[in-house]
Amino acid sequence: MRVRRWGLGGVAVVVALSAGMAAGAPAAPAAARSGSTLRVAVSQEVDSLNPFLSITRTGTDILRANFEQLTTASADDLAPEPGLAERWEPSADKLTWTFTIRAGARWSDGAPITARDAAFTFDLMLRDGVARTANGNYVASWESVSAVDDRTLVVKTKTPQATMTALDIPIVPEHVWSKVADVGAPPALPMVASGPFVITEFKESQYTRLTANKSYWRGAPKIDHLDFVYYKNSDAAVQALLSGEVDLVNRLTPAQFDRLAGEPAVERNNAKGKRFNELIMNSGAADDTGAPIGDGHPALRDPRLRRAIAQAVDTRTLVEKVWGGYAEPGSGYVPPLFAEFHWSPPPELARPFDLGKANAALDAAGYARGGDGVRVDPVSGRPLAFRLMGHAGTNFDEQSAPFVKEWLREVGIAVEVRMVSDTKVNEATTAGTFDLAYSGWNGNPDPDYILRLQTCSARPDAQGKGATPDSFLCDPVYDALYAQQSQEFDRAKRVELVKRMQRVLHEQAPMVILGYDNVLEAYRKDRFAPFQVSPDPGGVIMNQQSYWGYYSATPVAMATGAGRSTGVVLGVVGGALVLAAAGALVLARRRRSTADERE
Amino acid sequence: MSDVLAPTGEPPPARARRGGGAARYALNKVGGALLSVAMIVVLGFLLFRALPGDPVQTMTRGRPVSAEQIAELQARLGLDRPLPEQFLRYLGGLLRGDLGVSYTFNVPVTQKIGERIGPTLLLVGVGTVLAVALGLWLGARSAWRRGSRFDKAATGIALTLWSAPTFWLGLLLLSATGGLFPSGGITYPDTPPDFLSQALDTAHHMVLPVLTLVAVVYAQYQLVMRSSLVEEMTADHLLTARAKGLRDDQVRRRHAVPNALLPTVTLVFLHLGLVVSGAITVETVFSWPGLGLLTYEALRGPDLPLLQGTFIVLAGAVVVMNLAADLLYRVLDPRVRAS
Repeated sequence: MRVRRWGLGGVAVVVALSAGMAAGAPAAPAAARSGSTLRVAVSQEVDSLNPFLSITRTGTDILRANFEQLTTASADDLAPEPGLAERWEPSADKLTWTFTIRAGARWSDGAPITARDAAFTFDLMLRDGVARTANGNYVASWESVSAVDDRTLVVKTKTPQATMTALDIPIVPEHVWSKVADVGAPPALPMVASGPFVITEFKESQYTRLTANKSYWRGAPKIDHLDFVYYKNSDAAVQALLSGEVDLVNRLTPAQFDRLAGEPAVERNNAKGKRFNELIMNSGAADDTGAPIGDGHPALRDPRLRRAIAQAVDTRTLVEKVWGGYAEPGSGYVPPLFAEFHWSPPPELARPFDLGKANAALDAAGYARGGDGVRVDPVSGRPLAFRLMGHAGTNFDEQSAPFVKEWLREVGIAVEVRMVSDTKVNEATTAGTFDLAYSGWNGNPDPDYILRLQTCSARPDAQGKGATPDSFLCDPVYDALYAQQSQEFDRAKRVELVKRMQRVLHEQAPMVILGYDNVLEAYRKDRFAPFQVSPDPGGVIMNQQSYWGYYSATPVAMATGAGRSTGVVLGVVGGALVLAAAGALVLARRRRSTADERE
Repeated sequence: MSDVLAPTGEPPPARARRGGGAARYALNKVGGALLSVAMIVVLGFLLFRALPGDPVQTMTRGRPVSAEQIAELQARLGLDRPLPEQFLRYLGGLLRGDLGVSYTFNVPVTQKIGERIGPTLLLVGVGTVLAVALGLWLGARSAWRRGSRFDKAATGIALTLWSAPTFWLGLLLLSATGGLFPSGGITYPDTPPDFLSQALDTAHHMVLPVLTLVAVVYAQYQLVMRSSLVEEMTADHLLTARAKGLRDDQVRRRHAVPNALLPTVTLVFLHLGLVVSGAITVETVFSWPGLGLLTYEALRGPDLPLLQGTFIVLAGAVVVMNLAADLLYRVLDPRVRAS
């Protein structure tokens, strides 16, 4: 008897608690929202919604939907196309730029958007260091900015600047921000917007809600709300996609992507990525004065050794085995997504994977094998034993390192793999305390930034700080080409210069380009029509250079009503369960007390 | 931390014995706690300065930034100052209740922690209460019928869940319930803002994280309760109680369990201190916006002010809970009072 009593009471407590919670559901998750909300799962927290401070992928993605910029990247090929500015014109000496602001565009509060808003924004950045936090580099060489009239913006620069048509700077409304006392403070919501959506609500580390901007100059979006929901765990995000809690997910792993293949309600998007992954070789770390720093192996200063290493790494195998086929094998420095600037070595320069050729090249260069099979550097007398540093917890680094180690062993190079924290890798690669290390960068429509990483000016100070070097290549030919391209305004000529720079990198081989991983996305095709990808074809829906993906969201007409009834059923069932459990509990207690009284 | 079970210091002089004992005991414990807090404050500063990684480097990595911007950023964060000066600023701020401004989020650390502590307390508080209740109940029952099928099953299940990886268990629950419960967060964006809807939605969101948390932690309460009750069951006073004619059930509830509860209460309090930080894995799986997740995020920068802030709060919670356990133990156990 007693056993039954205890059991009943316990079960009652547990059932009552969980049923009470379940009954709290206003409706099943999938049905809890109207058909015109696009809910996006993001894997990164919003750092700030302040347009002058936000630097993260997610923060800037959200802000691009809220603030139209002077120009935007076209959906097709990412080339600059009109945004707030209808047209633009550089002066003959390339030092003065005149932007004509479009007439008739309005802020979400109804005020007209004028050149004065743009002038105010840029001027604030020139005056205030805080306002330069996120995008200060764009205005670093600006002389002045002014609004001649409501539609004419004039920017004077100190030196010619090729990035003037791709200024990734949110333009803020003067009538709102001129009253803001602390530029660095979180902005008031709802934000006053010029883009397709208005940021209306932000629950930190939970979600950001945007509402359609009815007065958007291209026309209001077809959905009412755009929610960015933060999922720390990507498996949970996939689960949420399957259950219909979210509609769009990105940055899936190959395994997750494959798993979604058979889902009838899910469409997948295997998009080209803008990132290149590389294995950098310490080609002679030095500070900004040229004095050597760090403790890189001296033999790596020899381009012949670096080329042989590059030839001994099979990027095709890495793509197949490590990326599950969802990547492109490495070729030029600028990722193929940016087709205009991408360069791929022609057959006569290419170094296809060949351990025999790599071995022969090392033999020819005088790196004789020692007794243990490890080659010895004839100059320093040190064996070719390198540290390979990778990011702990990063799949690609951890899974590819054993391959690299084995290939290099076959050409007589010993590798010791060290997986350390991201900050540790960053610190070591900045201070030059590495031999081989994994690295990688996101390209932009304008390649200037990633090109600069390999110049002499990317070298740090004597303490190994204050700049962001990559391979520590400091090559006069490369630097001369870099300077030339940054002031070249003829697009075709600039493309040619950028390709020549990539050829220099290929020949100097301060890094092995390992590959460009694809961005794997998926969405509910039972709720949304195909999104506008960018670039088109082959591009991404989320984290575009603009807002085309979100702006294109079109709900598929779906049967309504089912959701409501599910909610009601759940509520009724939950309520009944609570009642039953409470009843059982009361019963159990009563029987207990009568039993006690009986003695 | 470990002196919970130990009697306090030297015996007080005979004259002070009557009223002074309790006060002296409390003062001793409070003094010790204050000393711990002081050490935490110093350690919180030094520990994170020894971390690898340059915050400015992390913040500027991957985007075009000039050397001037980096210098400007360093000056703004105060990182260009010598270490002793940084320490004094930190101390000064701390005395005014100012923990600095987070590098990553650009908001005051106190505000950030304030936002996150609520969800953590809610999740871990509810989870702990349920785990303690479940653990004590199962433990008492197992001990009373030790060797029975119930005992074997309950202990086996408890040990299995205790050794299951939290992460895995959470994901398993998530896919097993297949969309019946929300997969992350604390509320949906389109839940009406009134209190009732919000509370119900939060309860709905809490089910899976709480379930996961309870599943992995209740075993320790159950096992401690079981073993201390088993020990208690051979005690002579139970024989006396039975001789008085009390029923088996009453002997257990009135005489055995209260004594067996003491070690468990200690355990509960020691864990309460860790509760604030203890849910990091559950918070990660279910994207619960709590302190554990915040600490994890702060480590990546490293976001020094945020790390210092969370460290002080988390370590402070342990100190406070230990103090509470020390003081409460004296109330609960006459033997400690007597010594």
